[in-house]
Order: sequence, then structure tokens, then C-alpha cells
Amino acid sequence: MPEFVQIDGLKRYFDVSAPWLVRKIENRPRQIVQAVDGVDITIAKGETFSLVGESGCGKSTVARLVVGLYPPTAGTIEFDGHDMAQRRGGAETSALRRRLQMIFQDPYASLNPRWRVFDIIAEPIRAFGLAKDKADLRQQVEDLLRQVRLTPADGAKFPHEFSGGQRQRISIARALASRPEFLVCDEPTSALDVSVQAQILNLMMDLQRRLQLTYLFISHNLAVVYHISTRVGVMYLGRVVEQAPTETLFRRPKHPYTRMLLDTIPDLEMTGRQRTPVGGEVPSPINPPSGCTFHPRCPFANERCKVEPPKSLPVEGGSVACHGIEEGRIPVEERSYEKAS
Amino acid sequence: MATNNPPLLEVKNLRVEFPTRRGTLLAVDNVSFEISPGEVLGVVGESGAGKSLTGNAIIGLLEPPGRIAAGEIRLEGRRIDNLPYEEMRKVRGARIGAIFQDPLTSLNPLYSVGRQLVETIQTHKQLSATAARARALELLKEVGIPAAEHRIDHYPHQFSGGMRQRVVIALALCADPRLIVADEPTTALDVSIQAQIIALLKRLCREHKTAVMLVTHDMGVIAETADRVAVMYAGRIAEIGPVRDVIKNAQHPYTRGLMGSIPHLEERGERLTQIDGSMPRLTEIPRGCAFNPRCTLRGERCMVDRPELMAAGASRAACWLHDERGVGPSVATELANA
Repeated sequence: MPEFVQIDGLKRYFDVSAPWLVRKIENRPRQIVQAVDGVDITIAKGETFSLVGESGCGKSTVARLVVGLYPPTAGTIEFDGHDMAQRRGGAETSALRRRLQMIFQDPYASLNPRWRVFDIIAEPIRAFGLAKDKADLRQQVEDLLRQVRLTPADGAKFPHEFSGGQRQRISIARALASRPEFLVCDEPTSALDVSVQAQILNLMMDLQRRLQLTYLFISHNLAVVYHISTRVGVMYLGRVVEQAPTETLFRRPKHPYTRMLLDTIPDLEMTGRQRTPVGGEVPSPINPPSGCTFHPRCPFANERCKVEPPKSLPVEGGSVACHGIEEGRIPVEERSYEKAS
Repeated sequence: MATNNPPLLEVKNLRVEFPTRRGTLLAVDNVSFEISPGEVLGVVGESGAGKSLTGNAIIGLLEPPGRIAAGEIRLEGRRIDNLPYEEMRKVRGARIGAIFQDPLTSLNPLYSVGRQLVETIQTHKQLSATAARARALELLKEVGIPAAEHRIDHYPHQFSGGMRQRVVIALALCADPRLIVADEPTTALDVSIQAQIIALLKRLCREHKTAVMLVTHDMGVIAETADRVAVMYAGRIAEIGPVRDVIKNAQHPYTRGLMGSIPHLEERGERLTQIDGSMPRLTEIPRGCAFNPRCTLRGERCMVDRPELMAAGASRAACWLHDERGVGPSVATELANA
């Protein structure tokens, strides 16, 4: 049986070359950014799969590829057994589109400032013809507003009358309007204050339980990811270097990059947990390093890592792409986050 | 000063106002605190709490029409809030350094970083061009720029975000200031770079014995860096105290809610604690305690009387819970929302 969402060998390259004439005069080569370079992910129904990584690692590009905002350069995305890239008749495509929706990072930019909230939320219902008549439409929008803890009276207002957290609620209501099964959330709480972030995360978890939603959650905040996800994929320079069930990834991280990321989480309990800030920065995805792209920053890198790109190998309910782990030269690490008394 | 250990910075009853067409907004309301030499004071709060404005008021860079309406700011015993612009310019840089959130906008894109450093050094110190350049190079090495001899002649756009922030830190340290006001220094950076910059800032301040006022919304950064922390809410200080006490044993209901709303690795709860509602707009700050509409422990007194900071455990909190008379009879939620 195929997985609910199955992504195989997904690639997306962007051409960032100078214009043709400039290239010819200055004799410059084409420049290609390998934003997503071979990503394989499966997401089961009802789970939350999170992608984490630093800026420029391609996590948002994956989100946009999945909902079809970009066409992939190579690879396939299957949603409930249907290949998303395949051209179909309008009705069939639209039926598939209805089932997946996206929530964006910036609630100030993703809502049309000239539309009333009612119309913003009603648009998907109208577009997919999900309402029988006007009264039904009104009923549905009011239910959606209540579902995200706003009041039906808020429908008459414009987006600028709301705070950031309330706007993100409107975005969520709009995403839910077409009764989707799969939501792609691209940093939905990154623009919000922590107390508001908590409200939105709680709301998203409640909705998931009530409506049996499946989430692809994109974030750079590991503590948030730990809180919300069933499984986590760690991305580095366009590739998923490790994926595992959340507990496994946080307790027994394998890939050196995952370990480094975990070290950067601030120690709020002040347990005096040992943290080693790793030097170096993310290299440019235009000229990624040879072999394993993490080797310039990796404390375990050897000659093989500089030459041969590692393949993803299954380990402990997930997979990891690292020569060191494959050869067993990197010591196993067990982490606990016990509360200090 | 009578005490043995006079504070480096003293802020007393500071009020920052913004006159607007619809009336005057009180963005910072009666804020008082002190910073001792070499101490790191974290100032934390959500957007609009007035934390950045407090920082800007100290370095004398409030954007008009914002102005200091009352109170005083003293640096090493000398009043600096009413200095003329030129005088303040000399204090800024020499005695107080500033680090801002976005390293790209705090550097001049048309000058090489070396030239910017040399210019700043020569403004505040009597040094020859050669000596100033040597000092600039030394600073760049100190903040961990690889191949500094080569990089000194590069322009800001040739540096990555993390490296740029290192250059900004070098600029702030140029004249050996006694105090650095760092406004969200790591917010624009990636997590791994953030950890590097925090470690760097901590090390440099210890070595140079510089005090830091660290303004941020990130409790994690505070926990890692600060000695004491002030939690701001709606332009007021809700709680101030040693960082350990504030984080692990918060005395103000707002601080408690704020700490609970941060996802922890130690506890993977089903739900996060949430504070319902949001911070009031500056035009609609409620009477009494500014936090009262969102507070679950609110009493009658909270709706009428404004609490000032009072002793609460090892910290001081602006909450009537810590007053011997208490909060008064509790008020039904319905009543407050009406």
C-alpha cells in the first residue's frame, strides 16, 4: 500500500546566472543553486512530519514543491497514490488540490489587505463549490472562525485590525476551509511572540486530533519541532541527512550535524548541560563542498567524506546519510534532558 | 556615591512618550533599574513591551517623535539623558557601545570594514592611522574573523551574516566602552551561528569587564548569557531578579505564563501553557495592573491600583500577590471581560 505522502528523489534547481549578454561579455559560467538535491520522504496519515535546518537548506522549497507552487526539476511527489506532476483533467486536479493546503510564515503578507476576513475564508469554499447556498456558506465560515477561537463578528473586519497571532488564526481558518487532509505549514509560528506561539501550536494540535489532519511542518526551532512532531527530518544543503522518530532523533542523534543542531538549543532549565558550539557556517548552495557537504564543519570527517557523497542508510526506525555512522567510527551518543531538581 | 559598589548605569522612573494625533502613547512607563560594572542584564519581553525603546533611550537614539518625558539616566553617576546631541555623540561609542539586530544596516556598505573600524577608533582615541589599523586588525582577530589581515579590506557585503555581526561587535568594542547595549544581537542569525555569537559576546565582556544590557525576546539567549533579567510587559517592568530565580521560580504570573509557553526539551507535554489574549495596545492599557485582563490570579485590587515592584523571593515583582494585603477578593472572569 502506498504511503499517504511519498516523495522520491525530489530535486529543484534554480538558475541564478547573470543575464545572457553579461555572461558572454564577462565569460562567466551559468550558476545553478541546488536548493533541493534528492529528497526522499514518506509521511503517514495523521502524523506530523517536521523538516528542520538552517536558512538556505531548502526546507521551504520542499514545502512549496509539495503543494505545487514550484514544479520539481526531477523526482516525484505522490499524494494518496496520485502523482502530483501528472497532468489530469481540471476536475480531477482540483479535487486533489482541495485536499492539501498551505499555511505561510508571515501572516502580514499572506492575507489580502483589501478583503474582509469573511471573504478571505470563503474564497476556497466558493472556488471548490463546497457550499449549497449563501446561508450554508455563511454557516461554514462562522464555524471555521469559531474553530480557530475567533468570533463570527470578526468576519466583517479587515486583516489590519488583527494582531499577528489572530491573523495566523485567520490563515489557519482559510487553509481549513476546503476541508483538507494534508496541511503544509511553513514556519507558521516563527513571526510570533512565544506566548502567541504557544496558542497557535496548541490550536494546531487540537485541530489535528479533531480533524485527523496530516502535517508537514517546516521550522528552524528545534524545541517547537520536538513538541509537535511524530517524526523529524534534518536538512542540510538540499539533502535530508537524517530522519527518525522524534524521540529517537533527540535522544540518540546519529548524524554529526543533528548533534550540532541539538547543541544549539538554549538550556532553559539551566542544567549546565555541556554544549559545544561548532564553528563554521553553511556553505553556499551554488558551490556545495564535494563528497559529504557537511565535511568542512564535521569533527569526524576523513578522506572518504571529502570525496564520496554518503548514501542514506536505514537505522533505528529512520535513516542517516553519513560514512562515519556506516563505518561505526562515530561514537554512539545518548542524550537525556532530565529536569534538574 | 555612598555605596562601595556604585552602579554603572542607573535608570530612574524613565518614561518614554510618543505624541500622536490620537493622543500621547506611553511606551515606557516608570521603568527603573541599575546595571553594575561587568554585569549582564537581560531585558526580555514580547514585541511592543518597550524593551528596545528603553535601550534606545539609554544610548540617546530615540526616533522622534518619541521622547523621554520624565525620569533620569545616569552613567557612572553622570546624567546622560539631557545631554546636547554633540555631547551625547562623544559618550556613545566611547562609554556606551551599541549592537543592533541587523548587522547589514549597522555597517556602511560603501566603506571597507577596516576603514569603518579605523574611523571609529580615531574618533575616540588619539592614535595614528597605522596604530589605529593595527588595533582594528587586533579587534577583528579577537572577534574570530578568519584571515583577518586579508578580510580587513573587504566590504560588508562580502561577509556572511554571522561574520558581519562579529564586525559589528568589534565596532562596538573599539573604544573600550563600559557598557554595551545589545538589541536583539542574534535574532537575525541562524541557530548555530547564534550560539557562536552568544559565546563570543560572553567571552569578550568577561575579558574587557564590559557591562551589557541585552535586549531580546528570546528567553533561551537570556538563560545562557545574563546575570540578572528584567521582564517587561506593556512598557513596565513586571519582574526583575537573578536569572536563575526568574526562570525557575518566577514570581509574576506573566513571567510564569511566559516560561510555560516556551516548548521545553525536558518536558514533552501534550499542551503548552498558554496565556490567553495578547498584550494590550498602548492606547488601551487597562487601569491598575496592565496584565490584569489576562491574569488568572486577578483580584479586585489589581483592577484599580497599579502595583510597583516589590520584594518577592529573591526577585522583585510588580504584583499585588506579594503585598501583605494581597490582591483582594477575586473577580469573576466574566466581569473583567465585560
